[in-house]
Amino acid sequence: MNTDLMVNGQAQRLDADPRTTLLDALRNYLHLMGTKKGCDHGQCGACTVLVNGRRINSCLTLACMHDGDEIVTIEGIGGPDDLSALQQAFIAHDGFQCGYCTPGQICSATAMLDEIAAGWASHATKNVASLPGLTVEEISERMSGNLCRCSAYPNIIDAILEVAAGKEQS
Amino acid sequence: MTPFAYSRAATPSEATGLGRDGASFIAGGTNLLDLMKLEIITPDRLVDISRLDLAAISETPEGGLRIGAMVRNSDLAADRKVCDSYPVLAEALLAGASAQLRNKATTGGNLLQRTRCYYFYDTAMPCNKRAPGSGCQAIGGATRLHAIFGASVHCIATHPSDMAVALRALDAEVEVEAPEGAIRRLPLSQFYVLPGDTPHIETVLAPGDLITAVILPPPQGGRQTYRKVRDRASYAFALVSVAGVVALKEGRIAHASLAFGGVAPQPWRNETVESMLHDRQPSAGLFAQAADALLADARPQKDNAFKISLLRRTLIAVLNELTDADQ
Ligand SMILES: Cc1cc2nc3c(=O)[nH]c(=O)nc-3n(C[C@H](O)[C@H](O)[C@H](O)COP(=O)(O)OP(=O)(O)OC[C@H]3O[C@@H](n4cnc5c(N)ncnc54)[C@H](O)[C@@H]3O)c2cc1C
Ligand code: SF4
Ligand code: FES
Ligand code: FES
Repeated sequence: MNTDLMVNGQAQRLDADPRTTLLDALRNYLHLMGTKKGCDHGQCGACTVLVNGRRINSCLTLACMHDGDEIVTIEGIGGPDDLSALQQAFIAHDGFQCGYCTPGQICSATAMLDEIAAGWASHATKNVASLPGLTVEEISERMSGNLCRCSAYPNIIDAILEVAAGKEQS
Repeated sequence: MTPFAYSRAATPSEATGLGRDGASFIAGGTNLLDLMKLEIITPDRLVDISRLDLAAISETPEGGLRIGAMVRNSDLAADRKVCDSYPVLAEALLAGASAQLRNKATTGGNLLQRTRCYYFYDTAMPCNKRAPGSGCQAIGGATRLHAIFGASVHCIATHPSDMAVALRALDAEVEVEAPEGAIRRLPLSQFYVLPGDTPHIETVLAPGDLITAVILPPPQGGRQTYRKVRDRASYAFALVSVAGVVALKEGRIAHASLAFGGVAPQPWRNETVESMLHDRQPSAGLFAQAADALLADARPQKDNAFKISLLRRTLIAVLNELTDADQ
């Protein structure tokens, strides 16, 4: 069946079996290999992309359910010549080893900073009716949907905190 | 995944019409697709209900809250009225799954998510819930995650939702639209059914029935909390959890509602325990008695007797937190 997607600002028409997940559509049909398949069951976060500005697991949704939606993958966040602040911070802080989880981490963190800016509480926020702070506990909790097999967590958190602090000042 | 026909419903009546005879609704898809990939569920037709106009949160004429079935778990947890007046619900949602999953998971889908019993997930194993009449591989097997209340000799699985536990403590109701358009409202206490000898039947819903909303009564006041104990600090299902709403008046407990997760085939509640607390002064002795009364009915399996002492301690901690005069 046909599905129209806006991927990284470009209109794409997909003709695929309705069983095709958004993840498989991105990788196998649109050849955007940045988005990774880890578990294919919502358990690791490697497949995280932004749909209409929100982070989701692309492995647990069907491409055909996203007709008309705007998708941003790691390729749309920034490339070698125009790295985003988070991408630069991941390099500066050595926020990866093998790099397999990194596209998902960066897509996830990009949306996560918007969620904090919108005042969304997390499980680490003491009182859900108060504004969340920018602490290591908050960032780890909010990023718990992204596993890193190489356990680069401390550097990932440093990278995110640096960008978050920069955003707060500006 | 086995092949299916896909259709997107534009209205609830279109959805209920398409939703019968081997069809499945798909909302966020985060539980259904997981199970379809493993061919644990093999619908002939998927009816996409994700774009139905059921994503609003609004006040009811009585002063409660109407939560559309398509409201995302993340939006519900971030809602001002929920955070201010029903914080136990926001806390339960935020203790569940991950931020990515909560952005997709819906109110209706969360209520209907299936058990995480390992044998239900393994199609090579007998499982009365997945394949009625085939037996239960969990009984006598690895039962760390399984129920201590409400189980039967045919199934000992637990319901995994955190949200539903908070909704149970809040006396929520579920609004359902049937094919042909009849709309009914039923308390969450009457929504789930115990496994008995038909563990594949988990709720009172009939084929084609669509959850359209969850309705909360006006806020009860008092303090609220959701405490979840799990194997790691985040992104794991509950071993046990307690949702508590307690109001104090002149040093006595004027109202207590308590619901328990991770321990039964449905969010568990025990009214005897609540009435024991009613109009009493908080004390360590009273809380120990309440825990004794709750756990008197517990029937552990081989590997999950730890849930008895864990639930006991968690309940007492919640009661202490909610009645602590210094907080
Ligand atoms: C890795 C992982 C970790 C998780 N951790 C937790 C956790 O800690 N705590 C927790 O509570 N949950 C957890 N979950 C489960 C998650 O909360 C559920 O998958 C989610 O809430 C399901 O909602 P959905 O909208 O995606 O449902 P779907 O997958 O779309 O649907 C689920 C079922 O509900 C039916 N359905 C959906 N909407 C309706 C409706 N309106 N009317 C009638 N039927 C309907 C569907 O037909 C289907 O049978 C986890 C999931 C994953 C993958
Ligand atoms: S406990 Fe229930 S879900 Fe698990 S194997 Fe037994 S019948 Fe199946
Ligand atoms: S590949 Fe999607 S969460 Fe692991
Ligand atoms: S860098 Fe290897 S998995 Fe995270």
